[in-house]
Amino acid sequence: MRVLAKLLVSAYALAVYGFIFLPVIVLVLFSLQATSFPIPPFTGPSLRWYEAVLADQRLTSALINSVLVALLSSLAAVTLGFLAAWGFARYHLPRSGLLRGLITLPLTVSYLIIGMGLLILFNWAGVPKSLIAAGIGHVVINLPLCFAIIYSQMGDHQVNIERAARDLGAPEWKVLFLVSVPVMWPAIFAAFFLSMTFSWDEFVIAFLLTRFDTTLPVEIWNMLRSGLNPRTNAVGSMVFAVSIVLALLLELAFLRRRRQ
Amino acid sequence: MPWALVTPALLWTLVFFVLPFIAMVVLSLLEHDGGAATLANYRQFFGNPSYWRALVNSLEVTLTVTVISVLLAYPFAWILAEVVPLRLQRLALVLAVLPFWTSYVVRSYSWLLVLSENGVVNRALTGSGLLSEPMQLANTRAATVIGFVHFFVMLLTLTIFANLKQLSPSYRRAAADLGAGPVRTFLHVILPLTLPGIVVGAFLTFVLAIGDYITPQILGGNNELLMPQLIMMQIGRRGDFPLASALAIVLMAVVTLAYLFCARWLKIERA
Repeated sequence: MRVLAKLLVSAYALAVYGFIFLPVIVLVLFSLQATSFPIPPFTGPSLRWYEAVLADQRLTSALINSVLVALLSSLAAVTLGFLAAWGFARYHLPRSGLLRGLITLPLTVSYLIIGMGLLILFNWAGVPKSLIAAGIGHVVINLPLCFAIIYSQMGDHQVNIERAARDLGAPEWKVLFLVSVPVMWPAIFAAFFLSMTFSWDEFVIAFLLTRFDTTLPVEIWNMLRSGLNPRTNAVGSMVFAVSIVLALLLELAFLRRRRQ
Repeated sequence: MPWALVTPALLWTLVFFVLPFIAMVVLSLLEHDGGAATLANYRQFFGNPSYWRALVNSLEVTLTVTVISVLLAYPFAWILAEVVPLRLQRLALVLAVLPFWTSYVVRSYSWLLVLSENGVVNRALTGSGLLSEPMQLANTRAATVIGFVHFFVMLLTLTIFANLKQLSPSYRRAAADLGAGPVRTFLHVILPLTLPGIVVGAFLTFVLAIGDYITPQILGGNNELLMPQLIMMQIGRRGDFPLASALAIVLMAVVTLAYLFCARWLKIERA
């Protein structure tokens, strides 16, 4: 009976792991396909599709666009989020609860609706579609996240260090940059990398708000029109690899915090 | 000084989130070619069965996904938290959510590879003689559901695992001392205590799935439309922003209703 239960438990866990990894394994395996269809039988391994991807100028420029949009929008989101979190945690502001709720409100709305609202606004204001417009959208989705993460980590124990700095004569900007930011570093780091992964992977806002110059997920979407193609597998595998690196950095940030 | 810190974030939210929302509400009350205030867009949605159908499809798919994901993820999270040895748990969990980090587009494309007519699943089924002809798996509702469940099993495993780890071992000891076996302990102690966490996870699944465009578009195709696909169609092909706005507001109303429905359980957690 015990052995049977153990067997069932292991079988179940293996089945779920199999389900979770099946698409990733198929994606990566057939990116190494030597022939032109990413379906069985496997004919590789070959790196020809990776070479094709790296030689494709549309894809490499979309990759650079994606990195730029992710970096700059995350930087903006984390800066705005940190300043707001600091302000709300250190000062008593009227209607603080309501205003904090306002900043986190975009978390409850789907990306499609946020993107559509911005598209309507930009149409009215005569702002053309561009990477900057998409970047603005990415700040809208990541600012609440950065704010919530950093605000939740602002404990009272940090107040004393800041007070000590002020007592020793540090002006407010020095307290902020030489004391508060270094003390909050793990939370800032985590918020930044989480924003990076979300912006890096985001599709629908970038799809609605960019035109010719676009980000990698939108370019991959365009590739899907030609059906199944090992080139798409190769780009997808590369995007996956970058996301994993970002996720690991995030994991490290959280681990560091736990040890402190 | 304090206002200088919080104003940039507040201003950003007002200009790029609240203002677009107001613009959407106003637009949804206008006719397609500008013109007078009207409820025609909402009337069009509620009067036209094919539009109405999209909302029903969305609700059916999302509820199916939520139920299947919870049922699959709970035992899995339980195994990770209770059966896997402590020093391997972190590794087991990181592995279990690794594909979580693939982008939406790539993940859906990967499932298309798996489920296509000549894909791995069909090859395995025909090759082993279980099927004589390949099944139509891609471009069906089942494909959409599979794509969604894949993502949300990982998300729910994370939340339920955290929930199970937070339970104090003394509950289990007390139940055992009072003579309850493992099954009774689970049904009467562990399950009720983790229920609020499940509701939070299920609500998150519902909200994220019902607003997603990519998964149904890539995996389900255009055979039947879900709400996000219908909205994108109004924007893309027809340029009908007033109707698209009305549809988006209906979708937001549904999410708000779901929130009110769950609010009772969402509150228990704080107690």
